Formats: sequence, C-alpha cells, structure tokens
Amino acid sequence: MEMAFEIGVSTLLVIGGALGLIGSYGLIKLPDLMTRLHAPTKTTTLGVGAVLIASMLWFAGRHGQINFHELLISIFLFLTAPLTANFIAKAHLHRTGGYADLPPPGDGAVWAGQQPPEDEQVDEPAILPEEGVGDAL
Amino acid sequence: MIDHALQFAMSCYGLALVLNLYRIFRAAGVPDRVLALDTMVINAIALLTLLGIKEGTTVYFEASMLIAMVGFVSTVAYAKFMLRGDIIE
Repeated sequence: MEMAFEIGVSTLLVIGGALGLIGSYGLIKLPDLMTRLHAPTKTTTLGVGAVLIASMLWFAGRHGQINFHELLISIFLFLTAPLTANFIAKAHLHRTGGYADLPPPGDGAVWAGQQPPEDEQVDEPAILPEEGVGDAL
Repeated sequence: MIDHALQFAMSCYGLALVLNLYRIFRAAGVPDRVLALDTMVINAIALLTLLGIKEGTTVYFEASMLIAMVGFVSTVAYAKFMLRGDIIE
C-alpha cells in the first residue's frame, strides 16, 4: 500500500516536471507569439497542477495533514492562465496591428484594443503653448 | 523513490527557468517578455511546492499563493500598460 502510494505520487511528480519542461521549451521553439502563447498557458499550467496535486496527496498520506492550500493555488492558476493569455494576445494585436488577418467580429463591433472607446478619446490640451515659445531652446 | 522523482521534477523546473530567462533576454517584442515572465512565475510556484515536499513543511504554500497572486496582478498591469500606455487611468 505504501509502495503504491509512493508510485502514484512519484508518477504525478514526473508528469508535472516533464510538462513544465515541455511548456518552457515550447516558449523557445515555437515561431511567433500567437503560437508561443499555447505552450506556457496550457502545458505549464497542467504541470503545476500535477505537482500541486502530488504535494497535496503527499502531505495527506505521509504527514496525515489535509490542507487545501494546493487546491486553492491550482484553482487560482487554472482560472488566471486564460486571462493572462487573453491580455497578452490583446496587447500583441494592439502593438502589431494584425487585425486584417482576423475574421470580422460581427454586429458592427471592433476587436478589443482596436479602437479606444468613445468616452476615452484624448482631448486637446486646454492651454495650447503659444507660437514660438519653445523655439529658442 | 520519491527522492528520485523530486530530483527529476526539480531539475526539469530549473531547466525550464533557464529557458524562460533565455526567452526574456532574446525576445522579439515586449509581449514575448511579459509572457516569459508569467511562465517564470508559474515555474517558480512549482519549484517552491517541490521544495515544500522535500523539506516536509507547509510553510511554502502561503508563499506560493502570494507569488501566484502577485504574478497575476503584475502580468495584468504589464498588459494594461502595453495596451493603453497607462496602468490606472
């Protein structure tokens, strides 16, 4: 029984480590940002999840203390990984202006980051500098 | 057996951190660097959890929880800054 428990935890640890390494290697290997987003957000999150579950099992089985911190951390990571990926993709689209490759969003809307909302247009400065003020510098 | 698995996982995550560092130094643009930093935070959480298993203490869980939250907030702040040129408008 003890042996089976150790085998289970060790398998989870090895799977987690391999997934983490694969995710970070994908960050190096894949050609551009949009493909590169896939590696860390999917693979590394799964790897960390496996490591955290292994930790929870280990502390429950060996030390007899059940704590839900790991579960909280893995839920938090699983919730936030898509969010950060979405934010980074939005920033990438905004910086490269690659909207021509995208399908139309429909309903006359625009893609996020394409145009600032109406009420956030930058106004003209209220006090304009006079002509020739800074020319002498 | 658990010691060998721990060794393997820790070396995997150490190597992953080195790969992320390489991507931070040699990146095509700023979003790449932010993505590499985000991955680095996640890998650091995994490394901290592995250290907790190795040492047999639960002290590191609070630290990893804090690192997870700070990492998420910092990534969102970076993305907001890249998108709008300002963090809090």
